[in-house]
Amino acid sequence: MRVGLFIPCYIDQFYPQVGLATVEVLERHGVEIDFPTAQTCCGQPLANTGCLEEARSLAQNFVQIFEKYEYVVCPSGSCTSMVRHHYDQFFPDDPKFHEFTHRVFELCEFLIDVLKVDRIAGRFPYRVGLHQSCHGLRELRLGKSSELVGEPFSKAHKLLGSLEGISLSQLTRPDECCGFGGTFAVAEEAVSCMMGRDRIFDHERAGTEVLTALDMSCLMHLDGLIRRDGKKMRVMHIAEILAGRAV
Amino acid sequence: MPTDHALRAAEFVADSERAHWHDQALWFVRVKRDRMAQSLPEWETLRDTAGAIKAHTMSRLGDYLEEFEQQATALGAKIHWARDAAEHNAIVLSILQSHSVKKVVKSKSMLTEECHLNPFLERHGIEVVDTDLGEWIVQLAGEPPSHIVLPAIHKKKEDVGEIFHRFLGTDKGASDPIYLTEAARHHLRQKFMQGDAGITGVNFAIAETGGFVVCTNEGNADLGVSLPKLHIACMGIEKLIPRARDLGVFLRLLARSATGQPITTYSSHFHGPVAGGELHIVLVDNGRSEILKSDEFRRSLNCIRCGACMNTCPVYRRSGGHSYGTTVPGPIGSILAPARDAKLFAGLPHACSLCGSCTDVCPVKIDLHHQLLTWRGEIGRRGLLPLSKTLPMKLMAFVFRRPWLYSFAGRVGRRIMSLTPKWLLYNRFNSWGRQRELPPVPPQSFRELYARRQHQQN
Amino acid sequence: MPDANTSRTEILHAVRNRQVVHAELPSLDGGWITYPDSVRHFAETLQGVGGKCCEVRDESQLREELSRLPPMATAKKICSLVPEACQPTFDLEQVRDPHELEDVDVAIACGQFAVAENGAVWVTDAGIKHRAVLFITQHLVLVVPRGQVVDNMHQAYERLKFTGPGFGAFISGPSKTADIEQSLVIGAHGPRSHTVFLVGS
Repeated sequence: MRVGLFIPCYIDQFYPQVGLATVEVLERHGVEIDFPTAQTCCGQPLANTGCLEEARSLAQNFVQIFEKYEYVVCPSGSCTSMVRHHYDQFFPDDPKFHEFTHRVFELCEFLIDVLKVDRIAGRFPYRVGLHQSCHGLRELRLGKSSELVGEPFSKAHKLLGSLEGISLSQLTRPDECCGFGGTFAVAEEAVSCMMGRDRIFDHERAGTEVLTALDMSCLMHLDGLIRRDGKKMRVMHIAEILAGRAV
Repeated sequence: MPTDHALRAAEFVADSERAHWHDQALWFVRVKRDRMAQSLPEWETLRDTAGAIKAHTMSRLGDYLEEFEQQATALGAKIHWARDAAEHNAIVLSILQSHSVKKVVKSKSMLTEECHLNPFLERHGIEVVDTDLGEWIVQLAGEPPSHIVLPAIHKKKEDVGEIFHRFLGTDKGASDPIYLTEAARHHLRQKFMQGDAGITGVNFAIAETGGFVVCTNEGNADLGVSLPKLHIACMGIEKLIPRARDLGVFLRLLARSATGQPITTYSSHFHGPVAGGELHIVLVDNGRSEILKSDEFRRSLNCIRCGACMNTCPVYRRSGGHSYGTTVPGPIGSILAPARDAKLFAGLPHACSLCGSCTDVCPVKIDLHHQLLTWRGEIGRRGLLPLSKTLPMKLMAFVFRRPWLYSFAGRVGRRIMSLTPKWLLYNRFNSWGRQRELPPVPPQSFRELYARRQHQQN
Repeated sequence: MPDANTSRTEILHAVRNRQVVHAELPSLDGGWITYPDSVRHFAETLQGVGGKCCEVRDESQLREELSRLPPMATAKKICSLVPEACQPTFDLEQVRDPHELEDVDVAIACGQFAVAENGAVWVTDAGIKHRAVLFITQHLVLVVPRGQVVDNMHQAYERLKFTGPGFGAFISGPSKTADIEQSLVIGAHGPRSHTVFLVGS
């Protein structure tokens, strides 16, 4: 199976290890990867700011680069949801585009839904706190959000829970937003940092040793606070945990 | 250039103890909502049904308005139509003046807040007392409400004690809620007794029967209109529902969503005036028909003003209703306000981290966070974004459209970051760096490392 | 003031002057919640919202239990619309102005039916000269036939027909507020206590 690897711009530039971990996890499960170097960014920061014309050209580039792949996989809920849910305004009444969106996946949902993986081999004897990144949760529905009434489930929890020795933190607010929100992190810096610190405090109270999420953007923000406040909590993207990276 | 919301929010957050207290208070209401929702296996079906009833009503609003008018008139009520806030205020004044009303008791109505009815009536020599306890507290304090259901949620009991000491003569320093509520009960009873007319809002108006429903926990709406002979009910035109039995859906959702109760203490159904009395119903447009025309924003008219979106919004909880500068704050307010004045309220859709929690609690299935995002695009389209936002984005687009330039800029940028001394890097222009460390700077990007890895493997 | 008709015409035109997305009215035959013991669920829910539920076999037990309610011990002015439960101390029909009801201590009225899911009782002003008495009284007592407890609000609305002028309300518990720092205080502006008697076997 040949998959187009979509690596978010900030992972490409600041967290290359997350990209490499993603490659390893996929290859370990028999996936052949192609990383089209023409890719840059899905355009989410531009669309979220309201600069739709600027985002349009990036969206068109993206689809042109990736539409030939059987699947497109991305270690980010928010970038994946940008393509699947917010690109349609740039491709109105385009059945080819609509079909393409069904082939674009976030990493955890690709493992579970397409590769039918339900266990990850490996040992991770730590107390792990999963931060439920909002786009992955409420846009891609990778888990049941706490607001909804229904059967609880979480694809990320399922994969993490299968690792030997791992224990998962119980939070008082299981899926409150970390406060990153893109440009929000800077435009509303005060609220953003208060939100982030509140999340970290919840994890501390739950005994989290390793904080993880499926969106590096959330973790970049939380890690920034953790390091500034001199705390010991380690931060790892879920791909790094699944790839068996050391803490 | 920070928006008004960002500035006010920063002030709110600066008082960390109070900000956390406010956040906890509202989170608790969200938790109560969750408990109630979980107790009904059919909760999601109820939400879908409510959203569908509203969508249907909006698709035939003209017909339902006419049906309501016909039925209500047959019951003996008098219907008035107001195109905007000024007309609404003029109509209410005219009714009051024709009855020589000097004192009005008013129960909670966000519509009358939207129209700024109180100051208008006061300018014309009519005393208006807001009888909902939370509304009365902020009225005495000279402030607008900070939440549409819990108007004084931003006030601690000591604050209320201060206000009551000043205006009611309660003991100085007294803050026991039971003592303070008892004092309010006595004072407001006098106001009820002296009221010449009662004004209420409308939670739901029923087209089929010509009646309407008013929901309260205190009983203040009922007291206010059952003593005097004149009742004026003010409603936005979107408050209509087709049939009485549709109330079964809405009354099951409203209080559970708003405060985590199975139903408000009183759900009063008014059909026509009381014997020997008069009932006036004022139907208000004030921009609603405009919103109705928009495919993207029409669903915001589903709103039943429950406030659940505010209770769950992590930004609202940490910035307070006053930071929005609108009658209705929070997620729904940030969609309705730009519809009224996109230039003035261009910043509000950005007072949001797009977490989507609001959308998941909305009992009438408004896609709140999507509409907030759509507003951002609309504001961009109308050229209302500041240069401080558009310039970086244009630059980003220019760079990102050229992979070689993107890679080059990334390499250069990282090099500069790793060479710049900390004291320079964390300067006052670096908003990210005020409270957070910047991400560590890797010497090579993923694409460089991957290319090397592939090369080594081959 | 602008002509009333112009505003009406303009508003109706404004709401109609657009492309309409047709949307069907959904079915309300949901398969809604029912309770194995709706009377018990009603009583528990009512208690949860600060009210009290008393089950009595018949009129005689109703009279006895009602007379034992704490507010009855000190009540000077009782408005009873259910004479078989308790005699009133005055005749509501003779009262000309509802303001005269300010000092009513206890009001006793009939409720048509009760709703288990939320502890509410449907009360109308049929036969009540001044509906204000239900709200201005310090204590409210409602008498409901035990056989008239429905499970949910959908069943409630199946029983309600709104023809002609009138007033009705779902009343669930005593008046209350949490507007002062979210502390629940019972007895805001309306009745300080709320008791429902379910009569029958």
